[in-house]
Amino acid sequence: MNWNTALPLLIVGSSLLPGLVIFFLAEKRVAVRITLNLFGAVLKLVLVGVMLWGVFHGEHYEARLPLLPGLDLVVRAGPLSMLFVTLSTGLWLVTTIYAIGYLEESPHRSRFFGFFSLCVTATVGLALAGNLITFILFYELLTLATYPLVVHRGTEVARLAGKNYLFYTVGGGALLLIGTVWLYTLTGTLEFTSRGFVSGLETSHQPALVIIFVLIIAGLGVKAALLPFHGWLPQAMVAPAPVSALLHAVAVVKAGAFGIVRVLYDVYGIEFAASLGVTLPLAVIASATIIYGSIRALYQDNLKRRLAFSTVSQVSYITLGVAIVGPIATVGGLLHLVHQGVQKITLFFCAGNLAETLGIHKISMMNGVGRRMPWTMTAFTIGAFGMIGVPPLAGFISKWYLGLGAMQADQDWVILILAGSSLLNAAYFLPILHTAWFKAPPDSWLLERDFGRRETAWALLIPPLVTAGLTVLLGLLASAPFTPLEWARFFANQEYVQ
Amino acid sequence: MIILLPLIGALACFLWPRRTVSPGLITSLGIVICVVGLGWQLMHLGVQRHAVGGWGAPLGIDLYADGLSLLMLIVTALVGTAISFYASGYFDQAKARHFWPLWLFLWAALNALFLSADIFNLYVTLELLGLAAVALVALAGGADALSGAMRYLLVSLLGSLAYLLGVALLYHSFGTVDIALLAQHVESSPAVWSAAGLMTAGLLMKTALFPLHFWLPPAHASAPAPVSAALSALVVKGSFYILLRLWLEVFPSTGSLVGEMLAGLGAAAVIWGGVQALRQTRLKMLIAYSTVMQLGYLFLAFSIGSAIAWQAALILVLSHALAKAAMFMAAGNIQHFGGHDRIADLDRVAQRLPLTLTAFGLAGVSIMGLPPSGGFIAKWLLLEMSIRTGKWWWAGIMVLGGLLTAGYIFKVIGRAFTQAVVPHEARSVPFRMEWTALVLAALVILLGFFTTIPLTLMNIGAPFDGRPDG
Repeated sequence: MNWNTALPLLIVGSSLLPGLVIFFLAEKRVAVRITLNLFGAVLKLVLVGVMLWGVFHGEHYEARLPLLPGLDLVVRAGPLSMLFVTLSTGLWLVTTIYAIGYLEESPHRSRFFGFFSLCVTATVGLALAGNLITFILFYELLTLATYPLVVHRGTEVARLAGKNYLFYTVGGGALLLIGTVWLYTLTGTLEFTSRGFVSGLETSHQPALVIIFVLIIAGLGVKAALLPFHGWLPQAMVAPAPVSALLHAVAVVKAGAFGIVRVLYDVYGIEFAASLGVTLPLAVIASATIIYGSIRALYQDNLKRRLAFSTVSQVSYITLGVAIVGPIATVGGLLHLVHQGVQKITLFFCAGNLAETLGIHKISMMNGVGRRMPWTMTAFTIGAFGMIGVPPLAGFISKWYLGLGAMQADQDWVILILAGSSLLNAAYFLPILHTAWFKAPPDSWLLERDFGRRETAWALLIPPLVTAGLTVLLGLLASAPFTPLEWARFFANQEYVQ
Repeated sequence: MIILLPLIGALACFLWPRRTVSPGLITSLGIVICVVGLGWQLMHLGVQRHAVGGWGAPLGIDLYADGLSLLMLIVTALVGTAISFYASGYFDQAKARHFWPLWLFLWAALNALFLSADIFNLYVTLELLGLAAVALVALAGGADALSGAMRYLLVSLLGSLAYLLGVALLYHSFGTVDIALLAQHVESSPAVWSAAGLMTAGLLMKTALFPLHFWLPPAHASAPAPVSAALSALVVKGSFYILLRLWLEVFPSTGSLVGEMLAGLGAAAVIWGGVQALRQTRLKMLIAYSTVMQLGYLFLAFSIGSAIAWQAALILVLSHALAKAAMFMAAGNIQHFGGHDRIADLDRVAQRLPLTLTAFGLAGVSIMGLPPSGGFIAKWLLLEMSIRTGKWWWAGIMVLGGLLTAGYIFKVIGRAFTQAVVPHEARSVPFRMEWTALVLAALVILLGFFTTIPLTLMNIGAPFDGRPDG
């Protein structure tokens, strides 16, 4: 086994092995657990860095394990994988630090961190998956690994939320599986290929291909919270804050969106999909989800629920971007995959800080909280402005590309959607900011914990500040080398016949 | 040797009742070594045939081993060893005295069954298997177990009787009971048809295919945990194996209609078993209905009929055996821990018995057919084949079954996380009972990555030759 085979396996293994070891650690061995967690996260980041460098210089990383005659498990590095792997690895490190601070003193941490690591393993695995069956394997693993995190608190509400979550995701998984098997019987291969592998089939198969597309996209759409499959996401908010952060920014919803990109581009091929007439309906559904999510968000008083509906809306930008057939819109959609992740995780960290430090769960209780926790609220403000799309933050760049791409592809109606959604974003984020910064604080907070002169624990404060900083940097330095923008362009160049 | 060893072990346990555990465990390990030896022989020398006492076909007792038998022996050895370990922690002295001889006796019957080359010999082993199994069910004592065992005994005898009648008819027509010889002579005639019908009906009864499953849940649920594991994982597979042999080799040309009918019953079993499992309030009953359901999947292969579909069915046999044994062991642990197996009253099992719940969860992954697991690979192949042969309705049944399964598995797991209305004190569970269940469950997950190994093994001697490739 040479280095180019070993590297992708090491990247997957660097969270799997610590995770498995952590399961068997006694609850009290905090130091060992923290070391293992951070070691895994940092090691993975370094390995991903090496891989980024290698892919950029034309190296080919691939590992195969025969699964069945004719079907292999494949992990392979490509520009799209690298985009998602880097995002999840980077945010995993930050979230791990946050989770260590957040769950201090709470029970069952070994189980929590074990599944947490499995969850990231699954995410990275599906990012690197080189064919559809490997993708499904990690996709289902993700469902299974997140379930114990959702019900972690062990309350009745958590159990019901978990049940609901499974109802949606297992059903989605079944649709995805049928679609995939059917596709395999037609094509005899599931290997992801640039510009797709189904376009060579006879035209008599086209009706079947459309049905398969609907099955697969519906299966993936459940995780990506596309209308009408979004119902599980707001309910899953009972999970601890680091889990919500991970669910919304990196793992679950992104896995769905990433899958949609894969299927559109590397299974069907975007131009072939357009000729089947399936991209426009997808774009319309995505647009409907964007508007619907934003409107629902307006009416939520619970902060985490408002953020959840905001996710429903924002993740569909990715789907919208890739379903508008045109290279610039594709770049916009992929950029949003990264940018939305960084911004949303910031917002969830901040929401978690408010809940942990002051016991605040509702927006109506946030009066003047900016004076009590200025740093947290600064990070929150940056994240919120990014979501609205204020220049020069990251969110602006992706929306800019989306708009430009829509114009280039002659889909002017998308501009209306984007503008409408930005207005709605502003309408549900600005009141929060106003409440937090400009209203007078109450005399005492609900459940205040004392951290001396600091506003909250270091481990809780640093992660949102880091991701807020990233939001600014990704916006300012969008065109520097090795940024997501460059990788997205790299990918788009492969997928369109120039 | 593979048959004799457990018999000797059983005798040893019977003769020295006070120290039953160590001969039992030693025998288990001995069997594993023998099976490995047989595997090595098969890999290097091909199919093995041995005439016991020098009496060959058409009447003598022949032992025959090909890839199919080897695979079944391996499953039995794996699960059997695990059950032995588990049982060594489960039973107290008084029960152990009865358990070990019976259990090793059952194991011997199973091994003999998988190695028999003629249908009469199969009958003998089947009968032995049934009697040993009934006695083991009755071991739990109590009214439930006794009525379960009684019903099981009647069904078992009735099934064997029907089978024996079929054997007699075939012997009368062709003058031989050897499978290979019969296969050459059989043609479509009323006698063959009635023989096939009788034998199949008898075996279906023993395999508990819907609607002949009624005896299984009470018997499996009321038996002690290691016995339930053995029954669900191994014993029902014994009669399935005979069915498979018969339809693959003796009656292959006679009628696809029967195949369709069996598959139809299988589909009904999948749905009915799934719905019933969802409705159960007792953990062991739920797992027993899950067995009814999983057996249904196996019969879908009768309709699809290609070589790959059969291989898929065997992978499913393998992974179901591992997973279901792990599940019953986990259920045994939970019962030991809380003193009951009411699902709604599970009290923070996830927090206090993490290894057991992990075992249950991992086994559940395979039973649901989610990746990565042996169950997933089997279902993938079955799905692929059913779409390929144009019988997509079976694919629909399988997916629906998967969803039902997910429903009942997670019903248990969800309850395991929460606190019960009436919290209870916990009894500690022996270390080896938790670990045995976990190891079996981990094996079935690993099987998902290494399916090529059983696939090559089962093709030794090409038991699926002459079947279309799909």
